[in-house]
Amino acid sequence: MYRYLLKRLLGLIPTLLIVAVLVFGFVHMLPGDPARLAAGPEAGPETIELVRKDLGLDLPLHQQFVRFFSNALQGDFGKSIRTKRPVSQEIAERFGPTFWLTVMAMAWSVVLGMFLGIVSAVWRNQWPDRLGMTLAVSGISFPSFALGMLLMQYFSVKLGWLPTVGADSWKHYVLPSLTLGAAVAAVMARFTRSSFIDILKEDYVRTARAKGLKETVVVIKHGLRNAMIPVVTMMGLQFGFLLGGSIVVEVVFNWPGMGRLLVDAVEMRDYPIIQALVLLFSLEFILINLVVDLLYAWINPTIRYR
Amino acid sequence: MTTPNAPESADRAVAAAHTVSTAGAAAPSLPANLAASTRMRTPMAEFWRKFKRQKLALFAGVFIIALVLVAILAPWIVPYDAENFFDYDALNSPPTAKHWFGVDSLGRDIFSRILVGARISLAAGFVSVAIGAVIGAILGLLAGYYEGWWDRCVMRMSDVLFAFPGILLAIGIVAILGNGMINVIMAVAVFSVPAFARLVRGNVLALKQQTYIEAVRSIGAPDRVIMLRHLLPGTVSSVVVYLTMRIGTSIITAASLSFLGMGAQPPTPEWGAMLNEARSDMLNAPHVALFPSLAIFVTVLAFNLLGDGLRDALDPKLDN
Repeated sequence: MYRYLLKRLLGLIPTLLIVAVLVFGFVHMLPGDPARLAAGPEAGPETIELVRKDLGLDLPLHQQFVRFFSNALQGDFGKSIRTKRPVSQEIAERFGPTFWLTVMAMAWSVVLGMFLGIVSAVWRNQWPDRLGMTLAVSGISFPSFALGMLLMQYFSVKLGWLPTVGADSWKHYVLPSLTLGAAVAAVMARFTRSSFIDILKEDYVRTARAKGLKETVVVIKHGLRNAMIPVVTMMGLQFGFLLGGSIVVEVVFNWPGMGRLLVDAVEMRDYPIIQALVLLFSLEFILINLVVDLLYAWINPTIRYR
Repeated sequence: MTTPNAPESADRAVAAAHTVSTAGAAAPSLPANLAASTRMRTPMAEFWRKFKRQKLALFAGVFIIALVLVAILAPWIVPYDAENFFDYDALNSPPTAKHWFGVDSLGRDIFSRILVGARISLAAGFVSVAIGAVIGAILGLLAGYYEGWWDRCVMRMSDVLFAFPGILLAIGIVAILGNGMINVIMAVAVFSVPAFARLVRGNVLALKQQTYIEAVRSIGAPDRVIMLRHLLPGTVSSVVVYLTMRIGTSIITAASLSFLGMGAQPPTPEWGAMLNEARSDMLNAPHVALFPSLAIFVTVLAFNLLGDGLRDALDPKLDN
């Protein structure tokens, strides 16, 4: 297991390096002069030159990259163009709301998705299956921003049960996490169903039934554990989807998280923020995939001895 | 050439032919004595036999064809001009006989805007996925066939692209290229490439082990011919299934970017952009948001149902 862990960690290094180069190159691919952007519209040519020096944009490219990389390792991404505050500080404030939103969405959607998937597989081609799969295919087809707007219109505006925007209490989390998790629950339901159908055809399931075990024991003890392996992988992939989805959902609910910060930053061409956020999002995604792979290896021993 | 060597039954043969030949390829000439129990079918006929049993997918397919026709004809069949007709007496009016889907806050007919919007959304879905599929298929084909350093290179690049959540990559690309629908289509195409590359590569790696590939290789067929005529057709069925699903996802992503203000700009009647415009007036006129939402939902649903149906009809594992 430790050897596998080491192998996987080393395997990450090239990917991380390429991601860092891309994110670094991002500023140089932006239209316009970053120094001019940072200096502001009224700045004269001397000021722009000063800012260029200050940002290190006059240095040769490889020196700039080393500087960017070592600064990034220390958590220093420069200052936001819009607010003039350190980027790390801006992001730190926004991290919590996005993190909790993602975790809550993941929690409910995995539980519901797996439940729907198992029910659909056990009662295959009967009404619970039809209902579950209709819900699931609708879930993957409904765009999250539209769902969020409709939920908000109904539960917040019409019924007045839940607050519309902000992230102050648990009530604020209900609608955004529902919106964000809907597609994931749908994907999980479809995936769990197909993986469970395969499992229920296995010989050991027939043996368990032949022993006279109750169907619930067969499904939960013999089916669920084996069906978990592909389901866990899917869960990890969905986490990445949630990270991306949170960008849209945060805009709908005016959520004070990283997604909205990113959208605002793109609008204002606040490139230090964009750069840091893109790096952070991808880093998170890569780490989650690593954790999933490890989990996968832990559940399924054949992987780690390969 | 795509005929399997010695199948035990015609059914198995047809199923195997599916995996190694295009669904639309000419009939493989199976030995006649094997067809005694089951009637002989071409892969296309077999596909059609299974596909037409799936009423929902069939219906979705017909709906998509109708939608494509509507999208093409939209400028000539809309009751009102989508951008420049303003009915000031019916601002925010809910659906009426005159305006089927109601009127938005500027007095524009929502039904007309939805029809014209179908053009943009469908074009965005088809074009971005087509670009992604073609580039991805070429990369995957070469990677799977030659393996070695080129394969590692392609797979490493797709790992990197996969390291960004899709919409984040699209936002980054749009930030570089600037707002606008064309740039959104490019961005969505870019993150379709690695998915198709992996899919085709995986298929090619498996197909390469088949005896018929060994056979064409031994008669001295050049690499180009082996790849294009003997390997590529074998990947078609899984590519088509994935493509169909992917169009739905891409329509949602493109609409999301327009909703975030990075794609189509007002007054263009793109569905996501319409929803963004409707946000400010949700209190007075929720129907302005409802119809574009439904339009996206129904369109994407149709592609997903069609994709499900195609998968069930093309998957030999489900042959029972």
